[in-house]
Amino acid sequence: MDISEIGRLSSVRRDYLARLAKEGKRPDGRGFDEYRPIKIEKNVLRNAEGSARVKIGNTMVLAGIKLEVGEPYPDTPEKGAMSTSAELPPLASPEFEPGPPKPGAIELARVVDRGIRESEYIDLEKLCIEPGEKVWIVFIDLHVLDYDGNLFDASSLAASAALQNAIIPNERYELGENEPLPVRKPPISCTFVKYSDAIVVDPCLDEEEIAEARFTVALDENGNIRAIQKGLSGSFTIDEIKNNIKRAQFHARNIRKLLEEENGKKDKES
Amino acid sequence: MLMKDGLRIDGRKPDELRKIKIEAGVLYRADGSCYLEWGGNKIMAAVYGPREALPRHIQDPTKALVNARYNMASFSVEERKRPGPDRRSTEISKVTSEALENVIFTELFPRATIDVCIEVLDAEAGTRCAGITAAAVALADAGIPMRDIPVACAAGKVDGMVVLDLTSEEDKEGEADLPIAIAPRTEEILLMQMDGHLTYQEFEEALELAIKGCKQIAKLQKEALMKKYESFEEE
Amino acid sequence: MIRKIVLPGTVIGDAKDKLPGKGTFKEGDKIYSSRLGILEEKGKYLNVIPLSGVYDPSVGDTVIGVVEEVYKNAWIIDINAPYPALLSPEESPWKVEYGETSKYLKTGDVIIAIVSYINEAKNIEVSMKGRPCRKIDDGIIIEVQPSKVPRIIGKNASMLNILKKHTGCWIFVGQNGRIWIKGEDEKVNLLIKAIRKIEKEAHTFGLTERIIKMLGG
Repeated sequence: MDISEIGRLSSVRRDYLARLAKEGKRPDGRGFDEYRPIKIEKNVLRNAEGSARVKIGNTMVLAGIKLEVGEPYPDTPEKGAMSTSAELPPLASPEFEPGPPKPGAIELARVVDRGIRESEYIDLEKLCIEPGEKVWIVFIDLHVLDYDGNLFDASSLAASAALQNAIIPNERYELGENEPLPVRKPPISCTFVKYSDAIVVDPCLDEEEIAEARFTVALDENGNIRAIQKGLSGSFTIDEIKNNIKRAQFHARNIRKLLEEENGKKDKES
Repeated sequence: MLMKDGLRIDGRKPDELRKIKIEAGVLYRADGSCYLEWGGNKIMAAVYGPREALPRHIQDPTKALVNARYNMASFSVEERKRPGPDRRSTEISKVTSEALENVIFTELFPRATIDVCIEVLDAEAGTRCAGITAAAVALADAGIPMRDIPVACAAGKVDGMVVLDLTSEEDKEGEADLPIAIAPRTEEILLMQMDGHLTYQEFEEALELAIKGCKQIAKLQKEALMKKYESFEEE
Repeated sequence: MIRKIVLPGTVIGDAKDKLPGKGTFKEGDKIYSSRLGILEEKGKYLNVIPLSGVYDPSVGDTVIGVVEEVYKNAWIIDINAPYPALLSPEESPWKVEYGETSKYLKTGDVIIAIVSYINEAKNIEVSMKGRPCRKIDDGIIIEVQPSKVPRIIGKNASMLNILKKHTGCWIFVGQNGRIWIKGEDEKVNLLIKAIRKIEKEAHTFGLTERIIKMLGG
């Protein structure tokens, strides 16, 4: 259940969460290794080349994919390119402010980007139109709609799901027929936070507010590590880090199954 | 050719609205919210406040500020839009704020601000009207005291004929576009913009049509707000 | 099952035989609702009890506040209203020397206080003199929509007494939508679920019975 808003800043709230953690409990009744319900909806937009809306508990992120024709990077003349941005509009939280992306939004976008890039999820080699001249640039835009913690996993999952149903808009550029964006197996991101000596997966906002340290790892389909981000001013022991990764391998399998089920559903429909 | 046998390219009659779906109270963090689909438009609106206006020098000691922000997601249009405000969205934010402020009892909340966030997630002509319509539902959902629930709709001229609620093609290739927002109870005009070319007679006709459209949409807004309180026993 | 719900701009009566009360306004010879809420007739007055909205403080309200800032000779208290409130040392239960305010209340501390002063520009003061004012050190604070507080308390505290009786928890409801709860973890969880249900179904009839049933009474 959801706990107070301002109350979370209060010392009473802080003490309560700390006491619960010592007893192995979390404010919303979950276990330390329990995600909130995850809901994935794909193909929710018309103008985007691919899209997905992901809910983890009350957190909601919309990912939209756009493709444009542009010049390749000089060092990879035969490869397409990708670019990830995140918007945290004031719609999603009373604390978000309008204006250019803040460091938090940039970190979020870069961590999601690394997971996708390093797992070679998008087959960039197939996105070359004319070597050295023209390639497809894939824009992954994350739009946060409701912020109740764990934007990293919600955003990464939304991006993965949106890329799964994205198309290459050849028709718009008079390059032939539209075709599916070539993708391989998606990365799965898994985030933990540490507070009061407890390390919990999928933090809700209450827990993020008092978190001392954060750990995000992106895993490929073999459970291999493709990206890591440790955040906040607190620290983890080496054993805690190792344990986090092992726990993430378990969670990533479940989330991957969920994503694959969703993918299967859409294929049958179309 | 945008009209054929008295029907429009999407098969609508001249005085017919696109399909509209409204849902109130869809967001967890916001004080009030609304999700709206209108033709190919998808809009999410949220309201925060009244809350203390900060920094303090922007406060008005006699009333609350109404601060609407219209924003297009970068993937909401065919050609990807650079994130952040541009001149168009800044203007729409301004006229939207002014239209909404008209119906709000702002004098009840001196020194405060009422923040209205309008996110266009998918765009297909008429996003400013869709944004105001969604924002008005979010305001009511947030419990903001108002003398009416504003509603917006456009009429225009296509192939020499006055029509309601333009599509993208009609907007681009048609002769005129007249978006309005009204207080439906009194029919006061809260927002009016126009571009194109209309005779006075055509203007009168378009205005009448747009008001007719607004009144139909006002019904949907009210149904959406009531629906939120009908479906309680499910959980 | 549902009480009469009205919306901003809905005609709710004739100004010839009724008077506009809370959440309403008069225009010409008609009375209209200004809020989304439940219509209530009280004598000659037509009121609209809001179903949503922020806490609008009145003098005499008992509220749960959180210390936002500490100055040398005052505390700024967040009372969940659009505006923060001021607590001066004279209105505290302690004898505070100048510059020693933080000895008694620090940022993040939680208190029960009474709204003692509001002016036209909505400058607000609170006092901690008398019952039930105090500093809160334990238990948990949850937040509900302030508009639902009357329903959570009930007529003559009927709902509140049911909640207390069936959960054995200590409950204090601030007028500003903050609730202080103490009890066993399982009971607290059940109580919070019951409060969320009241919040969600505040506009319906037969709620008391459903809550008793839920609490296993």
